[in-house]
Amino acid sequence: MSFGRFGKVSYVAENKLQNFVKFLEEGRIMASKCKNCNRIYFPPRADCDCMTGEQEWIELKGNCKLVTLTIVHFAPASFKGDIPYALGVAQFEEGPTVFAPLSKDIRFEEIKIGIPLKLVPLKLEDDRIIYELRKPV
Amino acid sequence: MKKVAIVGVGQTKFGKRSDASIREIAFEAFKEAVEDAGIMRGEIDASIVCSATHYDKQRTPAGVIAEYLGLNPQPTFNVEAICASSGVGLRNAWALISSGLHDIVAIIGFQKMTELKSDEVQDVMCRAGDVMWESPFGPTMPAYFAMYANAHMNKYGTKEEQLAKVAVKNHFYGAKNPKAMFQKEVTVQDVLKSRPIASPLKQFDCCANSDGAACLILTSEDKARKITDTPVWIAGLGLGSSPMSLTGRGTDLTSFGCAVEAAKQAYKMAGITATDVDVAEVHDCFTITEIINYEDLGFCPRGQGGKFVEEEQTYIGGKFPVNVDGGLLAKGHPVGATGASQIRTLVQQLRGEAGETQVKGAEIALAHNLGGIGMYCAVTILRR
Repeated sequence: MSFGRFGKVSYVAENKLQNFVKFLEEGRIMASKCKNCNRIYFPPRADCDCMTGEQEWIELKGNCKLVTLTIVHFAPASFKGDIPYALGVAQFEEGPTVFAPLSKDIRFEEIKIGIPLKLVPLKLEDDRIIYELRKPV
Repeated sequence: MKKVAIVGVGQTKFGKRSDASIREIAFEAFKEAVEDAGIMRGEIDASIVCSATHYDKQRTPAGVIAEYLGLNPQPTFNVEAICASSGVGLRNAWALISSGLHDIVAIIGFQKMTELKSDEVQDVMCRAGDVMWESPFGPTMPAYFAMYANAHMNKYGTKEEQLAKVAVKNHFYGAKNPKAMFQKEVTVQDVLKSRPIASPLKQFDCCANSDGAACLILTSEDKARKITDTPVWIAGLGLGSSPMSLTGRGTDLTSFGCAVEAAKQAYKMAGITATDVDVAEVHDCFTITEIINYEDLGFCPRGQGGKFVEEEQTYIGGKFPVNVDGGLLAKGHPVGATGASQIRTLVQQLRGEAGETQVKGAEIALAHNLGGIGMYCAVTILRR
């Protein structure tokens, strides 16, 4: 199951969103869109709140703005080697929000609520894959 | 609906309890509550055991605790709502008694957390976020609340010094509580200089993992009037929920929707408004949480929580005395015990038994018990 490779640590391998990881590998950030009510979800969902429509994948540009953040200095055991690291919530220009780490390339002093960011896929060691928030080019 | 009263309360000392197992700390709190109620153990019709069971080596702890407390063969079961477990347990007990199904119900909240190392606890706790979309990136409980802190500071201009004032207040009262984990006052400078945990939160902005238990004995009006001259009545109950994922909560991360909902329900049921509250216990897992709680409960206008604590409005003598037992920040936070401990403090306040932290003439009390990263909130209003 490819979803078991999503994240530095993964807790869920089996779900209906396996293609999400395949798209990440192609460099694409995909949301789900309900064919019935047109609602866009990120993170994607296999099921819509309207409880009727089928879902389709749509690509997000990845452009977003930082909603909030923190710099983590005290981490779960599996993340101890990474501290300090920044986590944030950002809102895509398409509307939905994402919870993601911020790239190590951004200096902590530069991280402010409201700054423009771009969500991009990132391959990690051991065949794992995530996404992270970077400064837009 | 039949009226329901609290007639007995008990609590262990909170802190590192390497001297006792979960059944033994549960016994300490239970014994104190039964003696406080002046009932025979055999009169208890059912027990509700409240804990965040993922901390326990014992699977389904109600089994062993009911056995050890001598509560077989009566009904017993676990209630789990993370940090709000015993707040939700209280709601269950109220329904069991109010319906007439049971007459006397014991609520036993407990947790033993210090057997796990702190970063191992964080591994458990990071799964209190959405494990599919958030836990894979290494969030912690402080990190989640830190994100609320930064959002609140950005939107309303709340300052780190104001967050620190919450810790100063709660440690001031914790120093007077012999059952608190930390019984020492701290200064704003102590808080600001403590080690960073998740910016802007520092060590003294965070409650500590702790061991402990608390117990409540609830009963019907008829029975309560026979047992005691000082019953404390459950006047209002509210319970709300919010999305577990931060991405499900929109872009204004400065309030907990579950708390606003729970407060609305509880005020309505009790027929009161915020201004009627004489003393409150609110869930200060972090300093920022207490500031947001003031606003969610309507103790002060939205965005004014920082200023409210800075003006000392939540000390005894201010508009709303809050966490005059030290709160989670000074008492420690043995997850499953916290909600029952809040109620115990308020029952003592309404009976006039709170000693040097007594709020004079307190008649109406409010408890606010938040679960996890703000998915659940139980608000309970008590009257003497």
